[in-house]
Amino acid sequence: MSLDKPYKHVPGTTVFDTEQARLGYHLNQFCMSLMKPENRSRFLADERAYLNEWPMSEDQKQAVLARDLNRCIALGGNIYFLAKIGATDGKSFQYMAASMTGMTQEDYAKMMAGGGRARGSPLPNGEKA
Amino acid sequence: MAKLSATVYSSHVPAIGAAIDLGKQKEPYWQPLFRGYEPSKLWMREHTPDVIFLVYNDHATAFSLKMIPTFAIGCAAEFTPADEGWGPRPVPVIKGHPELASHIAHSVIQDDFDLTIVNEMEVDHGLTVPLSLMFGQPIAWPCPVIPFLVNVVQYPVPSGLRCFNLGRAIGKAIALYDQPLTVQVWGTGGMSHQLQGPRAGLINRSWDNAFLDELIDEPQALARKPHIEYITEAGSEGIELVMWLIARGAMSERAPRVAHRFYHVPASNTAVGHLILEET
Repeated sequence: MSLDKPYKHVPGTTVFDTEQARLGYHLNQFCMSLMKPENRSRFLADERAYLNEWPMSEDQKQAVLARDLNRCIALGGNIYFLAKIGATDGKSFQYMAASMTGMTQEDYAKMMAGGGRARGSPLPNGEKA
Repeated sequence: MAKLSATVYSSHVPAIGAAIDLGKQKEPYWQPLFRGYEPSKLWMREHTPDVIFLVYNDHATAFSLKMIPTFAIGCAAEFTPADEGWGPRPVPVIKGHPELASHIAHSVIQDDFDLTIVNEMEVDHGLTVPLSLMFGQPIAWPCPVIPFLVNVVQYPVPSGLRCFNLGRAIGKAIALYDQPLTVQVWGTGGMSHQLQGPRAGLINRSWDNAFLDELIDEPQALARKPHIEYITEAGSEGIELVMWLIARGAMSERAPRVAHRFYHVPASNTAVGHLILEET
């Protein structure tokens, strides 16, 4: 017997469940630390050194350094926590959202203004939204 | 005895708060959204309750991953707006109602819903944006607010049915309070939106509108909708909509009067839905 997790099969989507939360605990708590202005300054001054203060995996640190949000999510990150990295960089949420979709920010903004991504529309990997 | 007079439902998109705080309501992008809340502000002036019981979720603000309560009730005398990374919103401090909050906690826990009691907490856009939409920019909020938090960030979140039944227990607790207060219950969050992954930007207008129809007319059937449908049809963050079922469950079984209904796409990445339902 195993737990039923039907949401594992939704295209282009990683549901932040207890399993992901376990993987991403320190990654997300690192993000949480960026709510304090002094931590944001220290992180921006030397990102690698700041990340090394956290018991995160090397993959997680590399994903943060590369601002690869999809990779961060695969490694247990949650978007509400990861958004604090974008805020530290002075980036809008729409910039971050676009970066996960393979679209330019301009094209993403146009898609939203046009009513958003439709159910069943094609995703970059050929699956349907 | 206290009386539930109406329920209010609204999305709580952070960008809406920023648009209000930066005076962008008249800009072409935002104007249609704020126009949809004009009737609500007029209605609120006529129907200001003694207390608002406001159901929302924290977005990695007051609760990190250190502790994740499924349901939490704010019993403090006041709640300060949080700094979510760009400074606290310039909105008034929220006054709580510790007496009614403690009474509801007592009653609801005895009805088998294990609430976490929170006596010190900052509140984020999930709570302050709906207040701004309904009241505008007052010097002080016109009534006390009891924050009620639901975990919809880390899955599994509570089921729609559990939320609806919790709403019933809250409605019962309000009716058992022996002061003549008028109370509104607000459900916030949603509607369709996905903020993560290659599928970010998902919006589902027809699903959202069917949800609004069912919330009004068939809430008990709506409460049985499984999580996977919210995620598939309304996006991973659309799951916030289970919180609306708490407010709906608090109402009597009589058909409500729809005082206002509004739907708009987009606010930033999100479909905005809004309802006011009065007890009849």
